[in-house]
Formats: sequence, structure tokens, C-alpha cells
Amino acid sequence: MTMKLEVDPIACTGHGLCADLLPELIQLDEWGYPMLPGSVPPGLMSHARRAVSACPALALRLARTSADHAPAGRGRR
Amino acid sequence: MLAASSGPSPLWYATRATGVVALVLLTLTVAFGVAGTARYSSASLPRVVRSGLHRNISLLAVAFVAVHVVTTVLDPYAAIGLTSAAIPFTSPYRPFWLSLGTIAFDLLLAVVLTSLLRSRLSYRIWHGVHWLGYACWPVALWHGLGTGTDSKLSWLLLLDALCVLAVAAAVAVRLTLARPGPRAVGLAATGMFMLATVVFVIIGPLQPGWSRRAGTPAAPASAAALRAKPDGSAIGVSRGTVRPPVRGQEARHGLS
Amino acid sequence: MGSASQGASGSVRAGTARLTAGWHLAGRAATLREHVERYGPLPRGIGRGRHGLVEQVAAAGLTGRGGAGFPTGTKMHAVASRRGPTVVVANGMESEPASEKDQALLARAPHLVLDGVGLAADAVGAAEAHLCLARTREWLIEGVLAAVAERHRAGLDRIQVMVHELPHHYVSSEETSLVHWLNGGEAKPTNAPRPFERGVRRRPTLIDNVETLAHVALIARYGASWFRQAGLAGASGTMLTTVSGAVAQPGVYEIEAGTRVGDVLAMAGANANSDAVLIGGYFGTWHDISAVEALPFAITGLRPAGGSPGAGVLYVLPPGACGLAEAARILRYLAGQGAQQCGPCIFGLPAIADDMAQLAAGRPEGDPLDRMHRRFAQISGRGACRHPDGAVRMARSAVAAFAADARAHGRRLPCLAGHRGNQRTAVLPVPRPWAEGDWR
Repeated sequence: MTMKLEVDPIACTGHGLCADLLPELIQLDEWGYPMLPGSVPPGLMSHARRAVSACPALALRLARTSADHAPAGRGRR
Repeated sequence: MLAASSGPSPLWYATRATGVVALVLLTLTVAFGVAGTARYSSASLPRVVRSGLHRNISLLAVAFVAVHVVTTVLDPYAAIGLTSAAIPFTSPYRPFWLSLGTIAFDLLLAVVLTSLLRSRLSYRIWHGVHWLGYACWPVALWHGLGTGTDSKLSWLLLLDALCVLAVAAAVAVRLTLARPGPRAVGLAATGMFMLATVVFVIIGPLQPGWSRRAGTPAAPASAAALRAKPDGSAIGVSRGTVRPPVRGQEARHGLS
Repeated sequence: MGSASQGASGSVRAGTARLTAGWHLAGRAATLREHVERYGPLPRGIGRGRHGLVEQVAAAGLTGRGGAGFPTGTKMHAVASRRGPTVVVANGMESEPASEKDQALLARAPHLVLDGVGLAADAVGAAEAHLCLARTREWLIEGVLAAVAERHRAGLDRIQVMVHELPHHYVSSEETSLVHWLNGGEAKPTNAPRPFERGVRRRPTLIDNVETLAHVALIARYGASWFRQAGLAGASGTMLTTVSGAVAQPGVYEIEAGTRVGDVLAMAGANANSDAVLIGGYFGTWHDISAVEALPFAITGLRPAGGSPGAGVLYVLPPGACGLAEAARILRYLAGQGAQQCGPCIFGLPAIADDMAQLAAGRPEGDPLDRMHRRFAQISGRGACRHPDGAVRMARSAVAAFAADARAHGRRLPCLAGHRGNQRTAVLPVPRPWAEGDWR
């Protein structure tokens, strides 16, 4: 079972500690916000966990990769 | 319990020493914390290092404050009880200034506990308590100045001044990132606090008679070997313990 | 009673007249009596027992008319199958500047919408029903409140619909925004669970566009097979469309779903010299008219062209206008309309708005096209809602549709419109931001 990193975009304020701790997987965009990979290789899991606990805004989390994340109809009106 | 030695017990020295160290650690904690809000980072101080230092130094500060509290409570010299460690205004010894310490301790505990349990709390609660924690450092500083036996010592005054400057500098750097309105308010508050501290030190601890004014309790009439000192300060005793006057500089307050 | 927004005149034409039956005669809201005369009384008992109406709606193939096009029956079933009391919310916000259909529907046939709300509430076992309108449209709110009062006097509905006035921001019409506001928060999107799982007061909430609910009201009366009698190319029923721009008769049209884009444009009298059309609204996509005119105006129909009808919006670019300039203005508007909650949107949208503005003005610094393409990938999908995605989609399509102009502008040369010498300045209505900062 693979895990992936997810970020709560509202909580994230671009501190950037996650990119410091996991440069192999996380890059910051030009405004300092993390761009996350699809999944975390098992070898980097401990680093990923550390990155999750280091986030000052608690915006980063690890989740199971699964197929049931399809968004339901989010109509605009 | 009669004092066997002619001077304050080692516990009293330990209290004072751990108090000073705790203040320095708190200062560093606040400085690194404020640097975090300013998103400060450099090659020599990466973000995770800065954030890790903030966290670990705060835990070390808690340890030193805990020892500070324990030695204070155990030490019979000022008869500060365990309740005073947690509840303000219950100490017989300089009640107001000691209570500042109690309050600072309570705040520190609240901040550290909510931080350790962060993942189980809502962000708003954690953030709100952490903001209250900003009050911890100035309260602790004034606690030290008002309660401290050593407040008049020049090296300690210098250390206190450095602590104030460190926090002020960190806050000033953070304020450069703020919008003009809040920045002006922040700078004014910082300036006023520094001024107030200087004024307080001058009219308070540095003045003769401060010990008495600060609420060092007068000796019960039944106690023997008490002598009022020329400056009006009295020997701090309660619950029947007796302590002969400490030889030393007159200028030294506290129990003398 | 005219439309308060700029752009389309607000006049309403009859196409396949189901929702719009009698609009052109009335010129005002139909009274309850007129409504009942036209459509028959409110059906009773069909919604009782969950699944009666839900199955009809599913069989009818009704899809959401708010833009996402999600199958309405599926949504209703998802809410109806949950335990405990549920909530129905009718979304009448219509914050898309180029869309007027919901306002027109609520202004002319409010009882259709209110019928639909009541029927949906019965079908999903709702204990409360809400209708959300944009605060700035006082004229509309008054009319809707009058209709609600009429029904109350007639003792028509099991539950009274509560009419709410929300802040009028672009993102405030999003489902999670409505839920957040109804729960006491700001009208900003959240990453809360989807409303059908947990919405207003933590109850499963059915949120439907007002037009969708109006169709539900007719399906309840006439049945699913009746609904399917209209509709082309696999789409079912009719839909309301707002056509504006370089057309002789701008306004709201009721068309069969799946009508060819070219036919819709012809209905409105589109200018034969126009080359480009914006489909789906301000967060839709630009297309060459020639590339889409034969395609059905439906989700599946437009997919090969990379477009979608959105909430049924078509804007025809006037022949003398520069598409990039219009796109730049829309992008600037969208950049200012975010909820300011997510970094990539807060910083990314203004950045590409700047790039597009440079390109449109023919004063590029560096290579704005290249920057934009890089930034599109960095912005899309990284917010809590689909606002940045929509802005990127519109911008991307503009750069593709007006590629020749983009190349010319990139070399500081005038575009085709400029060459023709009849370049007009700003055409598309971009509303002034309303009460900035007020989200509650």
C-alpha cells in the first residue's frame, strides 16, 4: 500500500520546511508553495513523516493512495 | 526548621541560577519563534534548524523553570508553597512579583502542552494559546526584576538588557514585514515596553528599600535574631523559620 | 424589471418553451395562479417515500444546470439514501458575469423554482430548505420573497423556503461556499467534506442550481419520458443559455440540450464576421467559431474541442476586438475574485494576469507566453476550489485560440484586430469588484 503526500492548500502558508526535509520529492513553486509528487517511495517514508510533523501549519499529511477521491459535481451555481 | 548555615541554602542559589538561565532560554525561544513568523532562514540557519531550535530550547526552558520552581518550593527560606507555584497571589513572599512568575509559568505550560498535543487540537486553539505565550517572556522578565535577589547586580542587569535587546531586535525584524498600521503599533508597543522596563528598573529594584516595597514579608515579632536593617528592609521569614541576616552588600535586596 | 448587470439586455426569447413558457407575454413574474394555470398544480405524493421522484429524475437524465453537469438523480439519491434529516439548498447566486439565466428564471418563473425546491425536499427527506441569492440584486430578492409569501398564504409548501442574501463574489456561488456561509462562516470555498455527505448543520445537503430545480418541477408533473422528448445528440431536456456579445438579440434562450453551437448563435443573430466565441463563461474556453459551430452545445458534445457549456454561456467576440485583450481583462478580474486562501491562487493568478496584460498590450517583458505556460502547470489544481483551474483554463484557451495574435503581440506587432484598424477597446463587461473584503 503506497502513501502519498497531500497538502491542505488553505492551511499551507508556504513556510517551506517540507521542501527542506524532503528535497527529493517536494519542490517549491516560484511563490514558495510545495508541489507534491504522486506517491512516496517506501525508502523515503521516514523522511516524509518527519516533513509532515515539521510543518508549522500542520498542512501536510500522508494519505493512502486510493481511487475514491474523484470529486463529486462541484457546480458553480 | 532552623537554618543550620549562616547563609541562604543552596536551594536559594539554585533558584536564582535556574531562574536566570530560564530567562535566557526563554529569550532564545522567543527570538527563534519570532524569526519563524518572519520566515527567517539562511544557509547557516535553515528553516528546519530554526524551527527545531525553537522547539528544543523551549523544552529546555521548561526543564529549567521546573527546577526553578521546585527549588523555590523546597527552600524554606522564603516559604513559598507549592500552591504559589501554580496559583498567583498566594505567596507570602513578594506576592505580586512572584505571581508574575507563576503566571509566566502557567502560560509556558499552556503553550508547551498545546504544542505537544498539536495534532489533536484545532489549529485555532493551538494558535490562540501560542499567541498568549507572547506574554510569557515580558512577564517572566519583570518577575525576575521584581523578585530577584540579584536584580541590582551589574552583570545581571547587562544580561537582562541583552535579553530585551534580543527580543526587541527579533520583533523589529518581524515588523518590517508587517503592514504600516500594525507595524507602527508594534514598534510603539515594543518601544514603550523597553522604556517601561528601564523606568521600572530605575525606580524599583535599583532603589534602596525595594525589597520591602516589593513585599518581602516582615519577620514575625516572636522570631528571635531579627534585626531591621538600616534601609528598612526586613528579614523575610514566615511560619516560624528564622534566618540570620546575610552578610553582604547593603545594596543587595531580598533576604538580607 | 430589467437585468441589473451589464452585457445582455435581459430580454428573454422563447425557444423550446418549457421553463420559458409565457415569459415574453408576462414581462414580469408569473403569479401563483398564472403558474398553476400554465403548468398544473403542484404534484402531491410523487415525492413521498424516498426514491419516487429521484428515480424519475434519474431516468430523465437531468444533469446539473449550474455548470458541472453532474447527474441530478445521482446527487439526489446520494442525499436521500443517508440517515437523518437532510437539507436542500437552491443555488441562485449566478456570480458568472456573462450569465443571466438564473436571474431571468427567478424573475419570471419563481414558482417553478420553488416547486422544485419543495419537491426535492420531499424526495430527500429534508427538514429545511434554503434559497441563496446574491445580495446585490435587491430587485430580484424582493420578487422572490413575494413569491414565497404568496405560497405561504396559499399553504402550498410543507416547509417554508428560507431566502438568504449572500455576498456577491465570484467564488461565493461554489457549493462549499454556500454551506460555509449557511453554517455561519464566510462565503468562501472550504475543503470541508462534500455537501451531500455533510453540509448545512452537518446534515447531508442537496445543492442544486435553480434551473435544475425548475426542471425537477416539470419532471414531477410530466414524467421522465416527456423530459427526454427534447434534447439532441444524446443530451436530454432543454436548457437555458445566455448569449451575448456581437449578436443582434442578446439574451436568455431556452434551447434543446445538444443543439448545435452554430444554431444557437444563429438564433441570437450572431455577427457573421465574428471569428471567436467564449463558451462556458469567464472560466470557460475560447474557440474559433468555425471549429465549434457544428458541435452540440453539451458537455459530451464540446469535449472534443476541449470546451464545456458551463452554465450555458456563450459570448461572441466582436469582429473588431482583440481576444487577448478581452482575455487579459477577464483574467485580471478573476485574479481579484479569489477567496485569498491558497498561495498558488493568491500569487499565481495575478502573475499570469500580468503576463497576459503585457502580451495583450504588445509590451512583453521577456517572454510572457513562456512564463504563462510554466505557471499554468503550477497554478492549476493546487487550490482548495476550482477557481484557479478555471482561470487557467480560460487563459490557456485564449493563448491557443488567438495564437497568431499572441505571436504578433509578442513581437510588439499589432494583432489582426489592430491591423484591421478597427480595434475596439474593452468589450466584455467586467463587473467592478463588489464590497471587497466583505465575505459574510
